[in-house]
Amino acid sequence: MKYSAVVIGVSAGGMNALGKILPALPENFVLPLIIVQHVSPQSDNYMIRHFDSISKIKVKEADEKEEIIPGVAYFAPPNYHLLIEENRTFSLSTEGRVNYSRPSVDVLFESAIYAYCSGLVGIILTGANNDGSKGLKMIKDCGGLAIVQEPSSAEVSAMPEAAIKLSKVDYILKLEEIGPLLVKLSKEK
Amino acid sequence: MKSKQELLNENENIEIELFLQAIYMKFGYDFRNYGKAHIKRRVRHRLTVSDFNSVSELIHKLLYDHMFYQDVLQDLSITVTEMFRDPDFYLAVRKEVVALLKTYPFIKIWHAGCATGEEVYSMAILLKEEGLLKRSQIYATDFNQMALQKARNGIYPIDRIKEYTQNYQKSGGKASFSDYYSARYESVILNESLRENIVFADHNLVTDGVFGEMNMVICRNVMIYFDKELQDKVIRLFYDSLVPGGFLCLGSKESLRFASLADRFDVTTERQKIYRKKFETL
Ligand SMILES: C[S@@+](CC[C@H](N)C(=O)[O-])C[C@H]1O[C@@H](n2cnc3c(N)ncnc32)[C@H](O)[C@@H]1O
Repeated sequence: MKYSAVVIGVSAGGMNALGKILPALPENFVLPLIIVQHVSPQSDNYMIRHFDSISKIKVKEADEKEEIIPGVAYFAPPNYHLLIEENRTFSLSTEGRVNYSRPSVDVLFESAIYAYCSGLVGIILTGANNDGSKGLKMIKDCGGLAIVQEPSSAEVSAMPEAAIKLSKVDYILKLEEIGPLLVKLSKEK
Repeated sequence: MKSKQELLNENENIEIELFLQAIYMKFGYDFRNYGKAHIKRRVRHRLTVSDFNSVSELIHKLLYDHMFYQDVLQDLSITVTEMFRDPDFYLAVRKEVVALLKTYPFIKIWHAGCATGEEVYSMAILLKEEGLLKRSQIYATDFNQMALQKARNGIYPIDRIKEYTQNYQKSGGKASFSDYYSARYESVILNESLRENIVFADHNLVTDGVFGEMNMVICRNVMIYFDKELQDKVIRLFYDSLVPGGFLCLGSKESLRFASLADRFDVTTERQKIYRKKFETL
């Protein structure tokens, strides 16, 4: 398979945005999705349970040292950075905020590159800061694929705009188009 | 065929292994079983800050500049912490643990990886409010000397106090948080009386031994930086340090699930990660 994992960074407006993408994936979707959604440090796992209930794939919070399984969507826990080990398990860190964020999209993306390199698909969605744009550029530099939500269709356009500004992204899409593209990419050899 | 990036990464991984080996051989600090992603992130951070081109240059600097290892140790240990972090954890200690501690005439507590001390003082406040502080001996340890010195001083920036006050209230605090500190310019200094029963000491979880006869061991957000093997070894160290019926408290995203000694502990609360060493009947 050409791609082995999808990483997603999203901030303000994420509830709605991911609510369009995750339910669009079929039960037999073969790539793992690893998601950093900026949330407040004390938030509970309501959002994750919600996405799990409306999606055909399994959605859960990433556990420390957990092995990454294809076809599962993982969320970074609130108040921790999420990193991917080269043996494709998760690590957590309480390092200070990066881009004012913990979890930070850049931290996830950067570690994902060492684990997946050119087999990585990176996606930046709606949000109010520029977390993730450096990470997306690194994904591009490594030969991976970069997808960004079309800024004018985003609830908050700053994060997609920052990502587009920093790297030559492969796709700029509306939310409805992202799920079907992921299905297509997951089948590429 | 491997891409250029993959080859570079492969080489960098080798260099990082050599770097960790050099730190161990020269200074005795053993990071070889820390999580690789974390180490790599911190090493790359150092490369950027000090403007090095490769990890090999870092190794050279480490070996020939005898002050540099101090910077490296700071890089590799994350000391970010706060007072009453995860207030629900402290609430659970009050509800599930305190009653049992009260049955002991004398209580020994070990905070392993106490960083700059905020967590230790939080526990001291809790114990004081539960009438237990006077008969407690708290050992607060870390391998980071700079962090330990800050912990000893008990002086913290005033701009965090609002957050800590909220945490304290949520944690089941019985008094007013401002009773426990005095403000001075940009800082607060915690009351001397909280410190009387605390001993701060240098201790490395990887290479140093047990602290005997503990009633409670608190090690939160330290083992997330270790690989599975090292986690297992350190949990054994805690097991050996605890009295039967003693409590082990981990961070909110840690667990005994993967530990080979898991069945030697009872679960007091899985949600707040409080476990209790079983009374073995052999
Ligand atoms: C993120 S802090 C945790 C602070 C506090 N327990 C909390 O949860 O807020 C991690 C601490 O573990 C310490 N540490 C890391 N490896 C250690 C080791 N091998 N021995 C002792 N302390 C260690 C670091 O120096 C750092 O102060």
